[in-house]
Parts: sequence; structure tokens; C-alpha cells
Amino acid sequence: MNLSVDFAGVRMKNPVTTASGTFGSGAEYGEFVDLNCLGAVTTKGVANKPWPGNPTPRVCETYGGMLNAIGLQNPGIDVFVDRDLPFLQKYDTNVIVNVCGRTEEDYLEVVERLASQEVQMLEINISCPNVEAGGIAFGQDPKMVERITRRIKEKAKQPVIMKLSPNVTDIAEMARAAEAGGADGVSLINTLTGMKIDVHRRAFALANKTGGMSGPAVKPVAVRMVYQVARAVQIPVLGMGGIQTGEDALEFLMAGATMVAVGTANFHNPTATADVIAGIGRFMEEQGVEDVRELIGCVR
Amino acid sequence: MGKIMTTGTVKSQEMLSPGIYSMWIQFGREENVAAQAVPGQFISMYSNEGSRLLPRPISICETDGEQGCLRVVYRVAGKGTEEFSKMQPGDSLPILGPLGNGFSLGEGKAILIGGGIGIPPMLELAKQLSRMGSQVQVVLGYRDGDLFLKEEFEPYASVFVSTEDGSSGTKGNVIDAVREHGLTGDGIYSCGPTPMLRGVKAFGEEQGIFTQISLEERMACGIGACLGCVCQSREVDGHSHVRNKRVCKEGPVFEAGEVEL
Repeated sequence: MNLSVDFAGVRMKNPVTTASGTFGSGAEYGEFVDLNCLGAVTTKGVANKPWPGNPTPRVCETYGGMLNAIGLQNPGIDVFVDRDLPFLQKYDTNVIVNVCGRTEEDYLEVVERLASQEVQMLEINISCPNVEAGGIAFGQDPKMVERITRRIKEKAKQPVIMKLSPNVTDIAEMARAAEAGGADGVSLINTLTGMKIDVHRRAFALANKTGGMSGPAVKPVAVRMVYQVARAVQIPVLGMGGIQTGEDALEFLMAGATMVAVGTANFHNPTATADVIAGIGRFMEEQGVEDVRELIGCVR
Repeated sequence: MGKIMTTGTVKSQEMLSPGIYSMWIQFGREENVAAQAVPGQFISMYSNEGSRLLPRPISICETDGEQGCLRVVYRVAGKGTEEFSKMQPGDSLPILGPLGNGFSLGEGKAILIGGGIGIPPMLELAKQLSRMGSQVQVVLGYRDGDLFLKEEFEPYASVFVSTEDGSSGTKGNVIDAVREHGLTGDGIYSCGPTPMLRGVKAFGEEQGIFTQISLEERMACGIGACLGCVCQSREVDGHSHVRNKRVCKEGPVFEAGEVEL
């Protein structure tokens, strides 16, 4: 039985990675899951400098989901390269570094620093809804998407995945713009902008007022968008949004994703990543599927 | 051994006062969360209802490592804790713990200050300090005369009470009670709402007493990955190199001077 896939020229032992921001750089969840068994670890977003993030409360639960407005707190590329990357490189898994920034130059600085590092892929976050400058601003205008993709591709030494926002009218248009800019893949969906009000306190649940919604409640939206994007572009799609089980992951694969990421489910179940991989394997065994690649995009 | 993800079984449950519940949770021999826990740590309790994704971080009130069980005393604050409050002996739920750092136990005379739902973690601490031979003084701050857990401290400590409405003990807050009784000590250990902790921190600084405070914050992962539950620290933190310490990982107990409240 084959679970391995090729994503933009990188061989993954299985099609499962982690959704950026939910898994740190692997150290915390490494106490519960063997990181060697993951197709890849996608890191928390890293910027050119340390970012303090937003005020608290930064997280709250919603029905079947959650909102977060962490605001991309991260230690910056220097600490990441000195501390977090060597930790991940000890494992037999691919490393996808998520890159964030406020300006194009911020992104480029990180991409250039990573050029000499043993990193298999870059994921460019142009879709974070929780930071004022940068982030989502780059991901809601196709011209900006194409432009920043092209500039990053000029400097990047690794395949580049552009992470797309669902907070747009037509996500396929953004995917086509990324492809036109030379992206090697796209990932989606980032979180949906949401809001929760605590009626007893007559106040916003999050200090940031709005936050990014994730979890199983967003999964049907995510599957639909993955399907639309997979049909609109030739580059591979990394699908995510509410995956908790192997069957959830299979929906994304059948909709056309070559890989999937497990995010919020980690908070609910620290072994969710390993459970999803096992669930895909079990399904294939039961259905007599020899190669996971047969399932990719099989529903048209 | 560290953190354990397991299933706990409800051993007993009772309502201590309206909205405040006490639950003893039994663990298996191989996954004995109770035997690993130290005072001031917490556990993540997961809902059995799939629409409630995030674990509820609940402080540990008492542990019995030999018997493999621990006690939580919690307030019903929403649907998750309401679900826990309805659980019966024999029911089970996923649990991750013990989490966080816990108090460092010092020698000498101790002042333990708990306010509201910050009172429960003081109980195991009082027990262990008293077992070490420390002289333990406990100050418990309540809203009214509903003095849950108070009697349970009495075997281990001299107990002082403050109530907001003056129905029992000192009328006012915990620091009013500390001053009224002229309490002194070598260490202060505290857990409660942030305004109370500000007062405790100021008192500790004024008296030059080493003060530890336990903080509460909204959490998602509970293990330091998501960066949801940070507090402002005086020094640059070791994780993100900003000034944000993780309440779930570097805390929940901090030396008072370490954090900005």
C-alpha cells in the first residue's frame, strides 16, 4: 500500500502535514506523536524579526470551532534558524517553513535567510486575518498575489507554496494569480474572519475583536474551495480546514488536494496528526486502494 | 515522565455550593496523572461533546498519587464545565496532565492567599507545606458567607477569611484580612482574580516577601504550542524573544516580579 505523494517535487512519505500556527515548531506535540511519521511539519509563521502578537484573550471556542487572534507572535528568523530548525532537522520528515511579513521586504529577508538552510519547502502566509499590515492585505488582490509570488520566487531556493485566504469573493482567481507568479503550489484555507460576543459581559470575546475561525465547522467551506482551486490551477494543492479524522482528510484528497494539513484538531486531540494518517491507511485497506494517489481528485 | 494523555474516570462528584463542584478523578496505574502532579499545576479536561473542541484548563485541588486519583474543584462558567458538573461516578473523560510548572515550595512561614475559584489549588499546597513542617497561614477571599473548602484547610493551616459583603471574617479583600491579622511570613503563594493578584503583588513588594502568583488565561492547546495564553513578562521570554511568557508552560505560577499585571 502506498501512502507517499510528490508535492512540487518533494517526496512526502504520506500526504499529511500540520497547519501553521497550531503545532509550534513541533517540540510540544513531539511529546505525543512521533514526528518521524508525518509527511511534513509546517512551522508556525516566522518573520524577519520577533513579533509580540496581539493582546489577550487571543482564543475562544465557538460551536464546532474556535477563533484565534494570536497575531503571529514569533521569535524571528534568527532564533528560528538557530533553535527550531535544528530541532526539526533531527527527524525524518520534511520541513515546510511558514513565512510571514508586514512588507514585501520582510518576506524576502526571511526567504533569503532560508535559502541556505536545509528546508524542503516554504509556505508564504499572505492570508493572516489578525495582523494590521501585511498578511491578508497581500492575499485579497490578485495583482498583489502575483507580484509578491514572483518576487519571492526570484529569491527562493525551495519550492514555494502560497497560502490563500478564504476571505475573498473568488479564491480560484487568487490561486491562478499565484500560479501566474510562479508558485509551486497553493495551500488553503487560512482561517475565516469571525467574531464572538460575550453577551453577559457585553464585550468581544477576543481583545482583537475579530479572529480567524477554524475547526470542523469550517470544513465544508474548505472542501468546496479546495475543489474549486484544484480545478482552476495545474500546481498542487495543500488542503486544510477542520480535518479531525482520516475520512475528513480523504474528502480533501478526493476534492483534489495532493496533501492535507491538520490544525485545530491538535488542540482537541494531541495525536490527531498520527490518527489522521492511520485513518487514511485504514480506509485504503478496507476499500482495497493500493495507492493514495488514485484518490487525489477522484471526485469530479 | 511528564504529561500524560489519558482517560479519567469520575470517582465522585458533589456540589460544594451553588455553581461550585468538586470531582475526584481516578486514573489507571500506568497513566497515573495524580502521581506526577505538584501543587499549582493544572489538567486539561476535554468535553465528550464533539462541538466543544478546546480543553478546559482546571487547577488541581488535591492529589492522592498512591490511589491514582486527583480532585478538581471548579466553577460552572459555560457549557463545558456544565457538562462536567453533570457527570456521575463511572463516567469518563479525556484528560491531559499534569500541565504547567506549579509552585516552588520554600521553607519557613508561609502565607497562602486564594480568592474565589483561586482557592482550590491552595489546598494541596497547604497539605504539602504543612507536611514539610512549615507554619502555614491561609487567607481565603470569598464574595459572601458561602465559605466553600474553608473547613478542609483547617487540619493544615490557620485559616483567615475575608468576604466582600462582610458576612464572615474581615469585610473587604484578602489583603485587608492579612493586615487585620498582622500576618507575616517568608513566602506568599497566591491564586485568584487579576485585581486580587495585583494587590498581593504590591503587598509582597511592600513587605519584601518572596511572592508567587498563579495566573489564569484563555487557552487552546494547554502545552505551549499555540501561544494563545501569554502574559506580559518583565524580561524577554525564552520562547519568542519578546516579553510574552506562556501561562500554560512557563506558568501558571510566576514569581510576582516576573510579570506585569
